[in-house]
Amino acid sequence: MTGSAAMTGSAAMAGSAAMGEPPTPGQTIGPFFGYALPYPGDRQLVPAGSPAAVLLHGRVLDGAGAPVPDALLEIGQADPSGALTGRAGSLCRDGHTFTGWGRSATDRAGEYRFSTVLPGPAVPGRPPFLAMVVFARGLLDRLFTRVYLPGYEQQWPADPLLASLPAERRATLIATADATGLAFDVRLQGAGETVFLDFGGQAPPAG
Amino acid sequence: MTELASQAQISAEIAAHAADWAADTGRNGEPISAPRLDYPPYRSSILRHPSHRLQPVDPEAAELLAPVFGVADLDPADADLTAQHAGEPIGERIVLAGRVLDASGRPVAGQLVEIWQANAAGRYRHQRDQHPAPIDANFTGAGRCLTGPDGSYRFLTIKPGPYPWLNHHNAWRPAHVHFSLFGTAFTQRLITQMYFPGDPLMPFDPICQSILDPAVRQRLVASYDHELTEPQRHTGYRWDVVLGSTGFEPAAQR
Repeated sequence: MTGSAAMTGSAAMAGSAAMGEPPTPGQTIGPFFGYALPYPGDRQLVPAGSPAAVLLHGRVLDGAGAPVPDALLEIGQADPSGALTGRAGSLCRDGHTFTGWGRSATDRAGEYRFSTVLPGPAVPGRPPFLAMVVFARGLLDRLFTRVYLPGYEQQWPADPLLASLPAERRATLIATADATGLAFDVRLQGAGETVFLDFGGQAPPAG
Repeated sequence: MTELASQAQISAEIAAHAADWAADTGRNGEPISAPRLDYPPYRSSILRHPSHRLQPVDPEAAELLAPVFGVADLDPADADLTAQHAGEPIGERIVLAGRVLDASGRPVAGQLVEIWQANAAGRYRHQRDQHPAPIDANFTGAGRCLTGPDGSYRFLTIKPGPYPWLNHHNAWRPAHVHFSLFGTAFTQRLITQMYFPGDPLMPFDPICQSILDPAVRQRLVASYDHELTEPQRHTGYRWDVVLGSTGFEPAAQR
């Protein structure tokens, strides 16, 4: 099935494989994951309070601006040097190994928090970011986004995603520095809606 | 509080979305391999779906890697949901097994699979589940394992019951097991629900009907597999998972 290149722009249409089967569809995480997916240390990519630790935090908000208390976020990122180490140990953290991956459910106020480090640029000349995936009750499939670090404005034109967005949409992807670290809200809908990403089916066919 | 819609109203909305989908000639016959995010029959989706189109972008940096999980991350006993307490849980013991594959059909080896589910009576071990069905002191309903070299996973558990919810009047979820899956790239992350063959509640359920293509929807339904069934022990269900794009495939394969 190679006809999908004609249909651009929607993750819903992506995924036809030339060799295998089309991908298994997603479904909402539902309301009852709280006893199953969170685990001790899930949000601590580095121990809170360790020298380079920063708090990445924010709220998940719905289209009415109300907090979403039953969302789950995961992040993946490079270390401060920009290296993607891909080490095991995220479920059973030893306090020393940087795995580059973490998970945080939102609390009753819709707030999430990660203790992590600022990623360096994994692609030289492009602004560093953390990859983020969002799940929630009421959200029928996962959403991907990126958390770009504040600063680096001079590198935005070199970033294919940031360069493709009007300023007010681009602003939804830039974290802000605050007293405790980095603040980044996820707005699922409406004013200031976060830019969510489509990784599949968008590229024109090679050649 | 607004009055809950009837099942007839929800079923009419489901049918209208299905008819719109079937009439959409712009699809060129391609399957839509994802649920529709803007799907009002699932009332909770109304304020929780993005109104902008998803922004096309090529994955890079951390998006090209998935988290790595090792044998030290898990206890092998986590895959047996019937052995997490002093006694045996109530219900129909089942094995759930299958393979996790990438979009090219290659196995995803050594990767984490997480599941969670209601007990045999349809009750979750979650404080927000107030459905008046019994909690089973011998069943938590959460498990995890790593896939084998061939992408295989296997859980021993109890067949979950259907349960009521408040989407509309007399709303019932078909029996299901939640699955959380990872591939080799961040972009393959998948959380979904596995259903059981022949469940009469599926046509009434706006969550599973949000996948508009019936053939795609069917991909969430496990098969009964007598090869997995063991005498005097348990019945068996098989369900394979195919993950989406890693960003490494040639464009024509995405």
